[in-house]
Amino acid sequence: MRSLALSLLVVVMAAARPVAAELNIFATVPEWGALAQELGGDKVKVYTATTAQQDPHRIEARPSLIARARAADLVVATGAELEAGWLPLVLQQAANAKVRGGTPGYFEAAAVVPLLGKPARLDRAEGDIHAQGDPHIQGDPRNIARVADALAARLAEVEPANAAYYRERHRLFAERWTAALARWEKAASPMKGVPVVVQHRSFTYLIAWLGMVEVVALEPKPGMEPTTAHLSAVLGALEKKPAKLVLRAAYQGDRASQWLAQRAKVEVVVLPFTVGGSDGAKDLFSLYDDTLQRLLKGLG
Amino acid sequence: MSSVRSMASACALAMLHAPAFAASDAELAEIRNEIRSLKSSYEARIQALEQRLKEAEARAATQPTAPAPVPAPIAAAPAASAGSAASSAFNPSISAILNGRYTHTSRDPAGSAIPGFRPEGEIGPGRRGFSLGESELVLSASVDPLFDAALNLAVTPEDTVEVEEAYGRYLGSSIGMTPKFGRFRSGIGYLNEQHAHAQDFADAPLPYQAFVGGHYTTDGVQVKWVAPTEVYVELGGEVGNGDAYPGAQRTHNGAGAGAAFAHFGGDFGDNASWRAGVSHLRTKSSLEEGEGEVTGAAASRLTIADFVWKYAPRGNPREGSFKVQGEYFDGRIREAASQSGWYLQGVWQFHPEWRIGARYDRLDPGGVDDVTQAPRRASAMVDWNPSEFSRVRLQFSRSELAAGTTDNQWVLQYILSLGAHGAHRY
Repeated sequence: MRSLALSLLVVVMAAARPVAAELNIFATVPEWGALAQELGGDKVKVYTATTAQQDPHRIEARPSLIARARAADLVVATGAELEAGWLPLVLQQAANAKVRGGTPGYFEAAAVVPLLGKPARLDRAEGDIHAQGDPHIQGDPRNIARVADALAARLAEVEPANAAYYRERHRLFAERWTAALARWEKAASPMKGVPVVVQHRSFTYLIAWLGMVEVVALEPKPGMEPTTAHLSAVLGALEKKPAKLVLRAAYQGDRASQWLAQRAKVEVVVLPFTVGGSDGAKDLFSLYDDTLQRLLKGLG
Repeated sequence: MSSVRSMASACALAMLHAPAFAASDAELAEIRNEIRSLKSSYEARIQALEQRLKEAEARAATQPTAPAPVPAPIAAAPAASAGSAASSAFNPSISAILNGRYTHTSRDPAGSAIPGFRPEGEIGPGRRGFSLGESELVLSASVDPLFDAALNLAVTPEDTVEVEEAYGRYLGSSIGMTPKFGRFRSGIGYLNEQHAHAQDFADAPLPYQAFVGGHYTTDGVQVKWVAPTEVYVELGGEVGNGDAYPGAQRTHNGAGAGAAFAHFGGDFGDNASWRAGVSHLRTKSSLEEGEGEVTGAAASRLTIADFVWKYAPRGNPREGSFKVQGEYFDGRIREAASQSGWYLQGVWQFHPEWRIGARYDRLDPGGVDDVTQAPRRASAMVDWNPSEFSRVRLQFSRSELAAGTTDNQWVLQYILSLGAHGAHRY
């Protein structure tokens, strides 16, 4: 019996040996998928678990995700509870010790970024809050630079053979990013001080970066659907403190923002939110190009 | 570092200001713009330099084997950098599920039985009037780097506490294998591993009630293996004591039940996903050779085929989704005749907070007890989900378990979940 089990184990282990030469990266959201591709070049094979059309909070642990996590050498997640509903389950079911939490194969972007919007009160009565702070860190391109630094180091750690390659790609990326950052900040100067309404509190970092002012959110509490009563209250608040734009991510429903736009003098701006969220946002650079273009256009 | 930055910008300002004394307003504005852009690009560059320096310092400070150097955040983020796994906020993570209902039936549930089947467990619509369903308390945590464990206590409506699940898992496998041991819900079928509060209807489908008494739980050992392929392939096997129906308590060494299952799954484009599987369960007789005692229970075997298909526009189930699932049961329970049963259900989430669903269940008792009419039931439900943590459901079932015994059942149910964020199980 024991020898049978042992030989079965050997067969299974032989069958399970990964064949791919590239580093398999499982990125939870498109921005980290795009960043991993920028840094890893042709030495990595990136699978992105979600698209810009999906609410990253509400993903299910689908069989396809488990299968991809099973073959991954490195998981690049946002952390700060963004993927709390599905990633732990996916990783547990995938039973891949290489990418378990706490190992070099598990990378969390939010750990290297100063988080904003840490809730003052930890109570579910406040909605679906994130205890560690707002996880939508990709709103600020300076955060991308921080994550890039850490991710490049992690790539080199996970696959030391290509460490020099990753380092060089990172250097080139950081150079281009710094130049782009200067360009964006210059272009975005009219956004400073612009009062905005947001659908979900997912633009905290973008708003902080550009110096905009968040007046109110359409969701009564994070993760809760906007109600008519709350929207009426928002309308009342806007009469006292008018806003110029309503910001909505590509994956969010348009009901509430349209309702408001019909009644208040505000322009709805649909932002790509992440790579792939609009036709223009094809990679990390065009994500911010497109975001700024849409914001400035909304301002008129 | 900041003094360097201010010196640099001061120099830049001073140099650019000198020749601008006699300039016109337009020129002045232009120059101001230039200064601004120069300043911002300088700042960005200096920031990048600072970042690199800090990184280098960190790299020098940490040993080469330590996890990747974490650049010190600019505006300190104390707790954030410490936490890595999402559920580390509570240790162990604790959650409680409250599940209560009001039941209205046109026939007395006390006499409800499924003709041709004699299941033990959670059968029928439950008691009439207000009642607590099963309340659950779940504790789970990593034990150490190699094991995690969970304890799931259920408080039954009769105020007794049951250990619903209590298992440990070995996590050290790098070949996709998860050994699990203790008491756990068997991996057979689709719905069997799902607890009542996670299911789409207020009660288990008839085949689950008739063949395994609601759900099949065993004390034993399970091994699951996930293949390293793009299509999801999960193979699993279990051995257990087989005490639970359709098994029976035994006094012998060894295992009283065994199960094997295979599940497959994947995506159809961006919008749809699926999972399908086959499972087989065998339980041994409690009547062993050479022993005279007859308990009445005998060996059982059961085969289940299951599938689920889910659709969500653009793969985003927040705004709306549709799901179809069905399972087919075929088996000989306690050496009765060959019997079968199936159910098919659909649930449509037409609004972020609202869902409606319909289900049809049917059993074939296979001539046991000379049953003339197949037991069947049709159900419809609507539920309201104001957040991920609460659900209120109204369900109507028209149940016809025997000829001329139509029972109209209404259930108004609430499910509240407290504590740790529940997993979005597929």
